Parts: sequence; C-alpha cells; structure tokens
Amino acid sequence: MSGNPIDRVAQATPPAIAKKVRGLSDRAIAWLFVGPSIVLLLAVNIFPLIWTINLSFTNFKANRLRDVEYIGTRNYERILTDADTWNSMQATAHFLFWTIFFQVLIGFTLAYLINKKFKGNDMWTTIIVLPMMLSPAVVGNFWTFLYQPQIGLFNYVIEFFSGVDSSSFSMIGDVNLAPWSIVIVDTWMWTPFVMLICLAGLRSIPDSIYEAAECDRASKWRQFWTLTIPMALPFLMLAVLFRGIENFKMFDLVVQLTGGGPGSLTTLTSIDLKREAFEKWRTGYASAYAVILFVTVFGLASIYVKALNKVKER
Amino acid sequence: MSGFSVTEPSNRQKWIAGLLVITYAMVTILPLLWIIATGFKSPEDAIAYPPKVVFEPSVEGYVNLFTSRTRITSSMEDTLAPPETWYEEVARDAGTTIVGPSRYGQRFLNSVVIGFGSTFLAIVFGTSAAYAFSRFKVPLKDDLLFFILSTRMMPPIAVAIPMFLMFRELGLNDTKLGMILLYTAVNLSLSVWLLKGFIDEIPFEYEEAALIDGYTRFQAFYKVVLPQAATGIASTAIFCLIFAWNEYAFAVLLTSGNAQTAPPFIPTIIGVGGQDWPAVAAGATIFLIPVMIFTILLRKHLLRGITFGAVRK
Repeated sequence: MSGNPIDRVAQATPPAIAKKVRGLSDRAIAWLFVGPSIVLLLAVNIFPLIWTINLSFTNFKANRLRDVEYIGTRNYERILTDADTWNSMQATAHFLFWTIFFQVLIGFTLAYLINKKFKGNDMWTTIIVLPMMLSPAVVGNFWTFLYQPQIGLFNYVIEFFSGVDSSSFSMIGDVNLAPWSIVIVDTWMWTPFVMLICLAGLRSIPDSIYEAAECDRASKWRQFWTLTIPMALPFLMLAVLFRGIENFKMFDLVVQLTGGGPGSLTTLTSIDLKREAFEKWRTGYASAYAVILFVTVFGLASIYVKALNKVKER
Repeated sequence: MSGFSVTEPSNRQKWIAGLLVITYAMVTILPLLWIIATGFKSPEDAIAYPPKVVFEPSVEGYVNLFTSRTRITSSMEDTLAPPETWYEEVARDAGTTIVGPSRYGQRFLNSVVIGFGSTFLAIVFGTSAAYAFSRFKVPLKDDLLFFILSTRMMPPIAVAIPMFLMFRELGLNDTKLGMILLYTAVNLSLSVWLLKGFIDEIPFEYEEAALIDGYTRFQAFYKVVLPQAATGIASTAIFCLIFAWNEYAFAVLLTSGNAQTAPPFIPTIIGVGGQDWPAVAAGATIFLIPVMIFTILLRKHLLRGITFGAVRK
C-alpha cells in the first residue's frame, strides 16, 4: 500500500464500483479535488508558521535592512521575563474569565427559556442572534459613542435607572471601569453564540427521559440538576471552547473600543503583539511572542478537548 | 394520545419565559437600532443630552459619508453659484460645500470585490475538497474537530507577521489579489468542513446509480452531488462572505490606501472635533444591513456555520 493519504483514500472506494467508473481514475480525481486546497493551506498556514518559528530565533526587524543574526532563545527569555507580557496575559485572563462566565450564565438561561417553546420564539431568537454576526470593528467603534459620558446612550441608561450622573463616569477612560467595558460589549455580542449551542443541547435531550423521571417522582429542581445540566454539559463545554479560543485571539473589538488603554489596562496579548510587530517593528521578538501564544492556546485547548471527550463518553 | 404531557411547559411558564426573552431581545437590539437612528440625525441631535429618541430626520450623515467638504463663510457663499443638487443643498445648509467624493464608496467596493472573490474561490476549492474527503474515506476522522480548530487557533496578528513579509516579497501588500488569496485560505478550513458535513448527508446510492449508468466520477459529482448540495453550498458561501466582510485585523495591517476594506475605514471617518457620528453611523448602517439580512436568511444553518459543523441540530 502506498504511503500518502490521498492514495489510500482513493483505494478505499469499493472495487466493484471502482472498476466500472469511466473517465479519470479515483486517484486522479482525489488529487485534482484536494490539491488546490492543500497548496493554498500550505502557502498561507503552514509555510508562514514555519517562517515565524524560524524568525523567532533572530533579531530581525522588518523595517530595517541589516544582517539577520541568530540569537538563540534570547527572544523567548526576554518575553517571559518582561512585565508587559505578564500584564497583557493578566488582562487577557480577566477578559476571558468574565466574558465566558457571563456568556454561559446568560446564554444558558436564554436557551432554557427559549426551550419553553413560547409562541414566536423563533423570531426572537433570530433577533437576539444579530449582534454576533456583525463586524466587531465597526460595532466596537460605535460602542465608544454609546459609552461617551453625558451624551452616550449607555451612560444615559445607567443614569436613568441608578441616578448616577451620566457625565460623571467614563466606561473606557476610567481605570476601574475599562476592563469591564470590554467585557460588557463582548458579552452583548457573543452571548447568542453560547445560547444557540445550549439550545441545540437542550433540544437534543429526549422527552422520554423527563417522563421517566416524572414517574420516579423526581422534583423539577432535581430533574434540572441531574438530567438537564449533565445532558447539556458537552454542548456547554463546546461553547466555552469556542469562546475561549476566540477571546484568547481577541483583537478587533477591543482595539476599536479602548485601543488597549487606559495605560495598558486592556492591552490584551493580541494588542501587545501587534505593537511589538507593527509599531516597534521588533519582528523577531514578535515572532517568538506569536509562537508562545500559539503553543499556549494549542496546549490549553488540547487538555480541554481531552476533558470534553471524557464528558461526552460518560 | 392524551392531551396532557409532563414535558410540555405550562402556559404560565411559557408566558414568563416569553416575557423574559423578549425583554432581553429588546435590550440587545437597542445598540443596533441606535446605529440606524444616529445615521439619520443631524450632528447636533446626535450628541444631544438627554439622547434624542424622537428627532427630525436628516440626510446630512449620509451626505457627509459620501462626500468630502470644505467649510465656507457667509461672504464666500455669495460668490458661489446656487446649489444645483439636493446633496449640495444639504451641505450648504451645514455651512459647507462639496469638493469631491469621499473614499467610502471605493472602500465599500473593495469590500465587495474581496468578499465575493474570496468566497467564490473558497467555495470552488472547498466543494471539491469536501467531496473528495466525504466520498473517499479519510484517515483522520477522530481528530477532525481538533484539526479544524487548530488552523484557526493562531491569533490573526501572529499570522499577519509572516504574511506581511511574504506579501512584501511578492508585491502583494495592499492589493486586492493578496487579500482575496488570504481570505480564501482562511475561509477554506470553514468551507471544507461545513461542506463535507452537507455532502455526507447526501446518500451515496444516488451517485452509485449514476456511476453504474456510465457517468464518469466527475459527471456524477456535478450532475448528482452538486444540485443536491446546493442549499449547503449557498449557506456556506454566505458564512465565508460574512467572515471576509467583517474581517478587520488582516485588513488593517496588510492594506492601506489601495485595497483597504470598509471595516478599517469606517472608524476613521472624522468631522470637526472628533468622529462625525452621523456619518459613521450611516457608513455602519449601509455596511451592517446586508449581514443582518443574510443572518435572517441563514437562521436554519446558523448553528452549523458558527461551530464549523460541530453542532448540526
């Protein structure tokens, strides 16, 4: 048997049919059909990745023409001992934790309510879903308007309900509020995502299970905790995985909202990376940074997927 | 069957659930309605306190969005010919005169060209690859989900570093072709796996019959499989289009004057003393409405698209 996957793939066609097929052989078709995609993915995903790893061991600066020297792991050492890196990691962790917390809480609640199948629930679901499909940069930019002291709609709504003067606080300018301003917008935008996945989870639970529980006289409360939650858990975990990865990479929304400020309070890792790579032009350093981020997210996601599969098997 | 079911929520429960969900929907849609409304406000109304819910509609934002203007004094106004067009009239009323078109039209057109170009390629490559992966057994089935995710795990900024250098070498920086190729590749992982799911659902027997009837495999592909997969292909295409349409990080780093798309451009629309909010809102409205319509059309396949086909419902 030949070694490459496409040959193996072509050989998997049932021979009885394969013999009768006219025209190009299955192997040729497989190559023809898969080839362009593989070439493109190699060129735009794999090759740049290898290049980045290579650059990460150099002192290359993309805005300067000079000899590139290999400096070993010095970039990595610098990054891991730099306080800025850890500050941005901390900002990212805060952002990740609270966005996922609120999105799971609100998203699951909404899914649970929608699953009560009230009249018109489809239409309202579609309306709720709208924010997540829109351009984060464009929407994020507009939120800076909603967040303006005095004239902003968000501040006005707060004033209306709490009596706090709307010109007395600035969501994106205040050091205590800024980290929450990005959490609020991300939660507004992405709660529907968690909601949709949870809804699919809740709908996948067969009615017969509840009927059986009812016969056993399990209370509704007990049914919720011993049936609904465990059965929806794999879906919930999947939603958390997607949101976790997406928000670890978060750039567009936050850069438009706060630009990483005030100070470096909302400078998430992606924003920090962008500054190193495209403002300070420390290309080698930034490449090492990129590799560290990739390894982190890949490692965390692998561990998480293992846990997810265990939950699924139960 | 009796009319009573233990799993059917009571009417009271439905009422409460409906009320809560509708309340949430109203709150969540408010910022979007505010964008649309602000586009039709005059600059003074846009920054009024308290925020104006009822206002006299104005097209000044839209005129400002599509034109560049210069301020005129009353003494200058006498030397100018009377306004010939309605938009010049709007500009005159605001104490300005139009000196030319703005760059918004061109940025929007770039978004259209790059969006549709990359979607077309991602679908052509994606459909054929998905067909091959679906019909000829693929060895890496168990790691599928993880494999898909891994190509999208890189932060876009990390990918942009080598892409920037590569594009510079190839002369592709700030070109539409470069952006089309980049978005095609990014969308390919999505399109391959979504389409594989759709094609998997088409029974193999149809093609088998066609193959035995003497079709070549290629004929079987485009005469039997493609028509069956049409809905799936259409919704995948819309997902790819929305991604390319919304993308910001690559666009802001790899394009500037020539190939810049609308998302990096809209936040840079400025008027006197800061952002010209009615114009920004007008630009955002024109840019966001198509996606809202697509979302409504797509609602049945939405879950599938956003989870890379992991959840199919």
